[in-house]
Amino acid sequence: MSILDSKIPEGPIAEKWTNHKNRLKLVAPNNRPKIDVIVVGTGLAGASAAASLGEMGYNVKAFCFQDSPRRAHSIAAQGGINAAKNYQNDGDSIYRLFYDTIKGGDYRAREANVYRLAEVSGNIIDQCVAQGVPFAREYGGMLDNRSFGGVQVQRTFYAAGQTGQQLLLGAYSALSRQIGLGRVQMLNRHEMLDLVLVDGKARGIIARNLVNGEIERHSAHAVVLASGGYGNVYFLSTNAMGSNVTAAWKAHKKGAYFANPCYVQIHPTCIPVHGTNQSKLTLMSESLRNSGRIWVPKKKEDAEAIRAGQLKPTQIAEEDRDYYLERRYPAFGNLVPRDVASRAAKERCDAGFGIEANDTNEGVYLDFASEIKAKGKQAAFAQGDHDPSEEKTIELGKKWVEEKYGNLFQMYEKITDENPYETPMKIYPAVHYTMGGLWVDYNLQSTIPGCFVAGEANFSDHGANRLGASALMQGLADGYFVIPYTVSNYLADEIRTGKIPTDSPEFDEAEKKVKDLIQKFLTNNGSKSVDHFHKKLGLIMWNKVGMARSEQGLNEAIQEISALRDEFYKDVYVPGNADELNPELEKALRVADFLELGQLMARDALQRKESCGGHFREEYQDAEGETLRDDENFKFAAAWEYKGMDINQSELHKEDLKYEYIKIAARNYK
Amino acid sequence: MASKFINITLKIWRQKNSQAKGSMETYKLDHVSTDSSFLEMLDQLNEQLINERKEPIAFDHDCREGICGMCSLYINGRAHGPDTGITTCQLHMRMFKDGDTIYVEPWRSAAFPVIKDLVVDRSAFDRIQQAGGFVSVNTSGRTIDANSIPVPKTDADKAFEAAACIGCGACVATCKNGSAMLFVGAKVSQYALLPQGKVEAKNRVLNMVRQMDEEGFGNCTNTGACEIECPKGISLENIARMNREFLTAALSNED
Amino acid sequence: MALTGLFLCLFLVGHLLGNLQLIFITGEEGKRAFNEYAYFMTHNPFVKVLSYVTYLSILFHAIDGFLLTIKNKKARPVPYAYNNPGANSSTPSRYMALLGSLILIFIVTHMANFWWKMKFSSDPMPLHQVVVANPQSGAEETFYITHTGDYVPTSAFVGEGEMPAAMEVRNGTEFYLKEVNLKRGEGYKDLHSVVLSFFGQDKTKDGVPEKNEMALFAVLFYVIAMMVLAFHLWHGFASAFQSLGLNHKAYNKMIKMAGQTFAIIVPALFAIIPILLFMNK
Repeated sequence: MSILDSKIPEGPIAEKWTNHKNRLKLVAPNNRPKIDVIVVGTGLAGASAAASLGEMGYNVKAFCFQDSPRRAHSIAAQGGINAAKNYQNDGDSIYRLFYDTIKGGDYRAREANVYRLAEVSGNIIDQCVAQGVPFAREYGGMLDNRSFGGVQVQRTFYAAGQTGQQLLLGAYSALSRQIGLGRVQMLNRHEMLDLVLVDGKARGIIARNLVNGEIERHSAHAVVLASGGYGNVYFLSTNAMGSNVTAAWKAHKKGAYFANPCYVQIHPTCIPVHGTNQSKLTLMSESLRNSGRIWVPKKKEDAEAIRAGQLKPTQIAEEDRDYYLERRYPAFGNLVPRDVASRAAKERCDAGFGIEANDTNEGVYLDFASEIKAKGKQAAFAQGDHDPSEEKTIELGKKWVEEKYGNLFQMYEKITDENPYETPMKIYPAVHYTMGGLWVDYNLQSTIPGCFVAGEANFSDHGANRLGASALMQGLADGYFVIPYTVSNYLADEIRTGKIPTDSPEFDEAEKKVKDLIQKFLTNNGSKSVDHFHKKLGLIMWNKVGMARSEQGLNEAIQEISALRDEFYKDVYVPGNADELNPELEKALRVADFLELGQLMARDALQRKESCGGHFREEYQDAEGETLRDDENFKFAAAWEYKGMDINQSELHKEDLKYEYIKIAARNYK
Repeated sequence: MASKFINITLKIWRQKNSQAKGSMETYKLDHVSTDSSFLEMLDQLNEQLINERKEPIAFDHDCREGICGMCSLYINGRAHGPDTGITTCQLHMRMFKDGDTIYVEPWRSAAFPVIKDLVVDRSAFDRIQQAGGFVSVNTSGRTIDANSIPVPKTDADKAFEAAACIGCGACVATCKNGSAMLFVGAKVSQYALLPQGKVEAKNRVLNMVRQMDEEGFGNCTNTGACEIECPKGISLENIARMNREFLTAALSNED
Repeated sequence: MALTGLFLCLFLVGHLLGNLQLIFITGEEGKRAFNEYAYFMTHNPFVKVLSYVTYLSILFHAIDGFLLTIKNKKARPVPYAYNNPGANSSTPSRYMALLGSLILIFIVTHMANFWWKMKFSSDPMPLHQVVVANPQSGAEETFYITHTGDYVPTSAFVGEGEMPAAMEVRNGTEFYLKEVNLKRGEGYKDLHSVVLSFFGQDKTKDGVPEKNEMALFAVLFYVIAMMVLAFHLWHGFASAFQSLGLNHKAYNKMIKMAGQTFAIIVPALFAIIPILLFMNK
């Protein structure tokens, strides 16, 4: 029996959450103001949790490192949010959303959590509409839906290509209301640098005021971490520059288990890397795969000529193009799930067919020419012209594409200086989302009592691969509809505790450790910048713990990261002082944690001797290069316990995943 | 995409902290790829400064894809630089020529005090939002079904266009009066256009405008500069709508 | 600002229509019409109310504009080292305060030139006179015209040798029979002649009103002032609608067009009057 207690309630899956809520303990309204709660991070999960807890009457302190809670990276989500509303009457249901999410996650997620997610998904839409989130609507005034990769219903609600922004601003408005009412104290430009435990319970945090450098102590009866994912361990990703693992990692070091760190989602449609000074990768929405066809040249010499600038993609004849997704997956074609599409692109580029003239030749085409012609013809017919000229067809087709994807095409052109209406887009996969995170039970509580984890920062709902438009759903479900109940249940035992003092030895010690580390970096006087190390770490991670992993590569990665970490502490140079706005210092503190996490990711990938979802081990694939899961031996969530700086000492705990309501099967998109 | 490299001169505002007096400093930067974004160019400059043991330039940035609203910068006399419809992080160096001198300054507004170098404090926007930029609905999830109130598509689309504001503050920075009316107008409009927001519309506009004035923003004189420089193309129509809302609310206020 | 601004636009139209009599009706008829109009404008109670509203509007528009400008300046205490506002806004829109101040200066001088004289000046205004040839003698005689249309010979106001004058002017315009202390009628102030003289025409009778030797400068000053007004209106007219919340896709173009047409035509017509008067001297 594992020491991990997932606390999944008894009973049929459809009744678990309702029954559980009915049995959770409550805190009376008059007691709530006596209780402090800290929320770290103000993305969808954090902002919604802070707003809900504030509304209930707790004393909430919310923290974000940005200059405003509205900037959290949830804002960048483009496509949409799933909900089992079945407004389109195409057979959707809570069960189907639950099923699609489990299957999409390659059967590595916890059934009970995912069912709850699907169950509350409809409430999210109701809540957001009531808050004034302007979702797209049809002419009849009803909400519109679109379809997304990997599913057969239309259940994605959206607001143009800015759904994440609209949802976050909705949560931010709810949070702002509570701040205005004085129920939430917002601390912008603050970064959590340690979790403080008193008698084994999470009792507060140490945070650095990023403006004046002050190290502050904040105590609370419970701490909610909603600090997002750790994709920036790769240096280049679609994450924001400031996204980091520090809050979660500090909790991990204090006893919270870190689960499935090797599950990373690589998004197939991003703009390829252009040069060594590149700082981040830009996503092109998954929705483009509805209209674009992905291809590379069939002949290697054509690919070489394109890279050398001697050939243009439009000069490659139709029969000389390899629409490899349509070739390999005729049933889903260009709309296979993200992990499948990404790996297929890598396979072609590794084989020498890449078309981008960068260091690694990594890039494939996303071509809209067929769609422009097809839609142009449709539009001409609709106008009564049944024999449109070629030019007219193309003109009308471009207009259709512009209406649908105009802002994305414009964004692409601004970045690459190429016109995607005339020449195919160049795309390549990039790190996008991390399914792994702090291990939590059904109540979203980590292995540290009183330390709750919500949103991307936890591991709970997406298994080994996340479906498009599900991250937003999870963030808001956790924050609005789960955390308020489960945190209250925990706090019910705290009404007699009284204010947690911040002058205890535990706070002293945590603060001293933070101050020492900062002092160490500032007086290190090395010769290389933080970015130098971060870029190196990113390269190791991308090459050896990226889209395809092997035992040898992973072992090398662990060694290389270890050496890099030693070099980092020896030779990093951090300018400036502790008592001022010092972005280099902020980066150094974050990279220090990434250097430990990177190793753990490699170790986790090493132990998982199977391929599933975003985790692809070269040794475990079938004859056609598809993932080979090993349900016999690896149907578990891997939760790591920290045992010191040497990651090899970290101890693996397994939470066996039971599938009672879904028949576990091989994923097939062919 | 043929990469070119250019050499540039930068004149950048340096200011140690909010109390210190700042000044424009000159830097030379060679071998800048025209495919780099403007912020990547600043990264490159900072790397150079760090290698020379000089203090790197502090500037706000986060998502680097034009949506978080954290990046700012007044470049060559314009908010978010010479291109339109984008934020600074989406500005690319191909907009500049070899040998160019580029001026980089922080947003200038009494309501946005400089924290350091190019970093300013925009929490005034947060406080305006806190004064009324919300619908007072509890987050129980037990509201009515999302489709029970139909919203005309044109209203929903207009509300979305207003809600697309990223709160970067370019409107304030570029306005000769340092006015925040485009920002406030967009928020007021979003809610005024939706049935869910109408209930509190009067108090909202009065409270948000009061807070806006208290923060020390200037007044709108309809020069239209904000609309041109707004990276999300928020329309002046929203300011007019706010004026309308404000006038009717002020005239019918019973408190 | 918007309400007063739009009201002042209406005032401009009214004022312009009055002024246009100066060039559209010529000769004695024009003089009479204009002076009667001037009398009407100074004595009709409704116009009186309207004029006070106008004074207040001007004051409010100026004071509010002034306060607004101060507040707006305060909103940006540190200016940009390098600014390129031409990239995003029209020039007039950025100089409304300056343009407004110039217009205010113009209004002050303009009122001193005509309005003050007409209403308060201690120097009596010349009164409307008409010269008629005596049908019998053929000798030219000069008369004042009264409101009732009577002609009162000006000679009655001048004594002849030992004989004192039979009549005198009291309160600037009232004709009294001295002996019986009886009001015979009331004359018109001759604003028409004052204006024409100001812009260079020789209308002097006994040096009243004085011919303006600096008329060319007066004309130039007025024309420049009207150009300033044009720039102010170029932005101000449409801006007022925006401030009042009147922004609608369907009408925005129309409002802008109307504003710009107004901004050109009204000041141009105002400016053309002194030019024509000056050229016809």
